[in-house]
Amino acid sequence: MTTGFRRYLLRRLGFAVLLVFVVSSASLLLARLAPSDDAFAADRAVIAAERHRLGFDKPLAAQYAEWLTRSVRFDFGESLRFRRPVAALIRERAGRTALLGVTALMLATIVGIPLGVFTGSRSSGPVPSVVHSASVVVLSIPSLVMSLVLLLFAARTGWFPAGGLPSIPADAGIVGSIGAIARYLFLPAVALALPMAAALERLQSRAIQEALADPCILAALARGVPRPRIVWRHAFRLALKTVLAIYGIMIGTALSGSFVVEIVMSWHGLGDLMYQALQARDLYLVAGCAAAGSCGLALGILTSDLALAAADPRVEELG
Amino acid sequence: MIAGTTRAGIVAVSLITIVSAAAPVLGPYEPSRQFADLAFAPPMVPHVLDDEGRWQRPFVYPLHLVDRLEHRFAEDRSTRVALQWFTARRLITTPNAAGPWLLFGADALGRDVFSRVLHGARMSLGVALLATVLALGLGALAGAVAGFAGGAWDTVLMRVSDFLLVLPVIYVVLVLRAAMPLVLTTSQVFWIMTAVLGVAGWPFPAKGVRAVVAVERRKEYAEAAHALGAGRLRILLCHLLPASRSFLTVQGTLLLPAFILAEATLSYVGFGFAEPVPSWGVMLHEAADVATLADAPWLLAPAAAIVACVLSLHLLSARSVPSRGPGQTTSIESAT
Repeated sequence: MTTGFRRYLLRRLGFAVLLVFVVSSASLLLARLAPSDDAFAADRAVIAAERHRLGFDKPLAAQYAEWLTRSVRFDFGESLRFRRPVAALIRERAGRTALLGVTALMLATIVGIPLGVFTGSRSSGPVPSVVHSASVVVLSIPSLVMSLVLLLFAARTGWFPAGGLPSIPADAGIVGSIGAIARYLFLPAVALALPMAAALERLQSRAIQEALADPCILAALARGVPRPRIVWRHAFRLALKTVLAIYGIMIGTALSGSFVVEIVMSWHGLGDLMYQALQARDLYLVAGCAAAGSCGLALGILTSDLALAAADPRVEELG
Repeated sequence: MIAGTTRAGIVAVSLITIVSAAAPVLGPYEPSRQFADLAFAPPMVPHVLDDEGRWQRPFVYPLHLVDRLEHRFAEDRSTRVALQWFTARRLITTPNAAGPWLLFGADALGRDVFSRVLHGARMSLGVALLATVLALGLGALAGAVAGFAGGAWDTVLMRVSDFLLVLPVIYVVLVLRAAMPLVLTTSQVFWIMTAVLGVAGWPFPAKGVRAVVAVERRKEYAEAAHALGAGRLRILLCHLLPASRSFLTVQGTLLLPAFILAEATLSYVGFGFAEPVPSWGVMLHEAADVATLADAPWLLAPAAAIVACVLSLHLLSARSVPSRGPGQTTSIESAT
């Protein structure tokens, strides 16, 4: 490991930590700004006691400082709405969002990248232009619309469950429970994955086109390297950097999209929890969700940074 | 040379603009008007041939309720409701005494979905358009300051925008919106949503404008303007910012669809417009229930409108995609 690479890694790690810190603090402060903290108990003494127990009687700075010191020890306070520790709630929900997001990203990659290489390496012909137009259309169908349409599809055909995730029976066995989860996961994952697949296809296609114009490709052609090998090995490696760079942004897209998909398809994940927390003005839960979400985001960005460094060692010079 | 797809995009965008501007004339009814006994009525196709096979002026057969519980309707073939043209300051409508013409069916309260989609365009597209203008303005300002002043301003502004760019846009918008009071009047909601979206969107144009300004300010014409005694503000506004015009146009066509969607999402989850305001997000919220959706798929009409808008804007911007600078690739596209 060179010093340059170590410095690059450290800088990206620092960014990740900063991301989590700023995002969770900002959401706590913004949620605190909201002009109410719901305490609907009739008795004034009860209200005062409850406010004291939750730390709402302190000034903003003191409340923030206390939250900060506790959250370093992974104690994110108690949810007002669910009357349970925030950390436990998040543990329950984060796994589902991660499952949905990772499945959708993999699906989008499996569909989008090969199609992009295909359309990028062929300038004409009916099939590439069909794929091209299809992805422009799909790119215009946001996850909100896609999940509503898929919900209609599920309700009409009954082939797939229309949202939700049931409790898996204990005696289902590994194969049985994976099957059950996959059945429920399929539609939300497709709704989330399709716009991303289209975006990846367009990006990969453009990147391959640019890569094929590179002089080294001409040199390889002159050496007699067969065309499929040029496209899938040489040009693909050249285009890899552009495509990998977008994955850092894609993680954010997956999170954004999963918010809508989770709510429409009642996939009770982190986005749905954040929504309920914002609606109930549940301060600590908002901050906890933001912290968990930004951790996922930071992890995704770090992974994409590492992949980028592996694909092109020159990044360490750029920082 | 304008490509065919771009031309299609221009035509579609102009059509959408005209339609939403003329919504009160084009919509057959008031968006809030409820038709008794027509809740969840299906779309009504206009006819020109009657049952005897004779040509008639366009007309519809009125619907009547067959089963109130299951929302089943039947056409009343014995009477014809002729469509009235250019009456009561509307392009097409039906007489008050006769039944309505529901091109896209009716919603849960028996309101005309077609009229509501048209009126919703004004709300949804109005917010998105104003927010885009605001985001471009803020972005151009931030980018111009960063590129022109350089130094600490440049570092701070660009670091902040880099930071904001990786965040999922919808969460930024949600948290900003949730920090405001929940119950507001419609016009307050309109302006708050515009402000929130504009504030969330500025980093996207800012980076590109900064790059343009930083390059252009070293060019001869900028130095010539300086030598001729032009002030810094004048150089910035009259000479440097016009150079980023084409970039800003492209960014606008990318931000607009993102904001149309953001408005729909916010209203859908209840942080935007609320009933009875006709906005696409509010209308989609009514279609959210699986049972309702299966019975009345025409409630997805606003979803089709969203896709039509986003698609025509994509077609419009498709031509300029290759000319975008490196590092600007599809960040907004994927943010939607």
